[in-house]
Amino acid sequence: MQQYFHSVRLDEEKCRGCTNCIKHCPTEAIRVRKGRARIIEERCIDCGECIRVCPNQAKLAITDSLEKLKDFKYTIALPAPSFYGQFKPEHTPARVLSALLALGFDDVFEVALAAEAVSWAIRHYLEVYPDRPRPLISSACPAVVRLIQVRFPSLLEHIIPIESPMEIAGRMAREQACRKTGLEPGEIGTFFITPCPAKVTEVKQPSEGRSSVDGAISMAVVYGALLKRLEMPVTNPVAPRASGVGIGWGRAGGENEAIKTGSLLAVDGIHSVISVLDEIERGGLTDIDYLEAQACTGGCIGGPLVPQNPFVARVRMGNLVKHHRSREKWAYPRELDYYRLKTPIPARPALTLASDPRVALARLEEAERICAELPGLDCGSCGSPSCRALAEDIVQGYARRSYCIFELRERLQQLAEEMVELAQKQPPAMGRDWKQARDGGGEAD
Amino acid sequence: MQLKFQVQGMDFSRAGQAATKIKKALQLAGMDPATTRKAIIIAYEAEMNIVIHACHGSLTANITPRKVEIIADDEGPGIPDISLAMQEGYSTAPPHIREMGFGAGMGLPNIKKSADELDIRSEVNKGTRLWAVVFNN
Repeated sequence: MQQYFHSVRLDEEKCRGCTNCIKHCPTEAIRVRKGRARIIEERCIDCGECIRVCPNQAKLAITDSLEKLKDFKYTIALPAPSFYGQFKPEHTPARVLSALLALGFDDVFEVALAAEAVSWAIRHYLEVYPDRPRPLISSACPAVVRLIQVRFPSLLEHIIPIESPMEIAGRMAREQACRKTGLEPGEIGTFFITPCPAKVTEVKQPSEGRSSVDGAISMAVVYGALLKRLEMPVTNPVAPRASGVGIGWGRAGGENEAIKTGSLLAVDGIHSVISVLDEIERGGLTDIDYLEAQACTGGCIGGPLVPQNPFVARVRMGNLVKHHRSREKWAYPRELDYYRLKTPIPARPALTLASDPRVALARLEEAERICAELPGLDCGSCGSPSCRALAEDIVQGYARRSYCIFELRERLQQLAEEMVELAQKQPPAMGRDWKQARDGGGEAD
Repeated sequence: MQLKFQVQGMDFSRAGQAATKIKKALQLAGMDPATTRKAIIIAYEAEMNIVIHACHGSLTANITPRKVEIIADDEGPGIPDISLAMQEGYSTAPPHIREMGFGAGMGLPNIKKSADELDIRSEVNKGTRLWAVVFNN
């Protein structure tokens, strides 16, 4: 059985075995073997960096299709805050939401609305628990949470134990629908309109128990289906409930703008996130109360499944945050327990060389030795992302020394030189004289 | 196993690199995350102390399944009063270093908090040797 579900997959047909993805993966989770990329399941955090860099579109995200709506009696669309930024200004949130109904959903519940409630919960948590380790780190981006599980397990206690806006939206939407329709919770299907594969994985394999969200449909898929319906007259008007505060969560910095308390730091882009986490891990940034960290550059509007150019989306989001006002005063639950993560997030130490520290240390020493001998060009031709990674793969038995084409070439050269040298060495009986004698010449006269 | 790195005084562009390599090694060795965290904090602060205060020195990590030993050896001004240097907020770092966000007087106190055993020996105008141990549980 598969240990981990992953949204990010490989299209074997399209993969040409190039080394673009292995060089960009933040957890070194990809190797090229037999001309195809292979994803190491335990290490993959579903950030989607490989989807972005693959020149052959061989990396894809598995998401649910609109067909899955048929499995439920009553379906609710949960559009991510970043969804609003995908449309022209005349396609206001109200029109986008009613077009979602036209697409076949029975109801919509804005994740941006839940984000407002979660902003309150985070603010409240920061105030109630000043003694929890600082900085506390946002739990909203599932790729960042998994990055911490895999690469920064000692920082797990820094993750704020508050559910993400998507989880809270799913829960609130179901509760609301149960009251409205009288249906059983299981008969109601909640579908997140997702900007990224990491959220799909969070839905399919949440870090705790079961997700409140039943499916995740790619934003790009919904976008295509929605464009036509946006041109049609509105048949089923919907009044948006979320305000700019919640919508702002869809772009980098928006979460912190909504929290508005203490000293806050926002970082976006997976490699920038890693450098900030490095800093926290070595004891830094304790003067910061809260870290908003998003794997995608620009925040969720920069997600791999987002159709619109992120810079265009950012401007549109900015205008919505400024001008979009909610008409209602929303009474969301004001007790922290409603939002609290029930179980701690486990570590996923996938980077160790062996489970027994003694074996691991011996392998580490061997890897250091091999690494010092390798050319250090990090070319990736061996199928590992760097010489260092190749050395680590060799000691674990996943690769061989001969995978290094430079070493292979050097050995071939040595061999060739030896052959030339051998070829030039003649036994005394095989001199020129002997040949002439054989050809019948011999000594004339 | 042993990892040893040379550390150059005032070289802020490379500051922290030795500690980062030690971190990677501890992770690969499968040390407990809590052990790794404490050892990184010690290694980083000790490395920064050499960069900020000393001429040059070395940072060594001895890793066994049972414990991590961090040794920072430097040639430099030394510490005249170690107990004073152990106090939070006490720093001899000059203003231009503080402007860079370093020298807040938390280096040695942070090391003390993270280390299970700690020994610092220093001779003024000669150098300092810091020895710290974190046990792996």
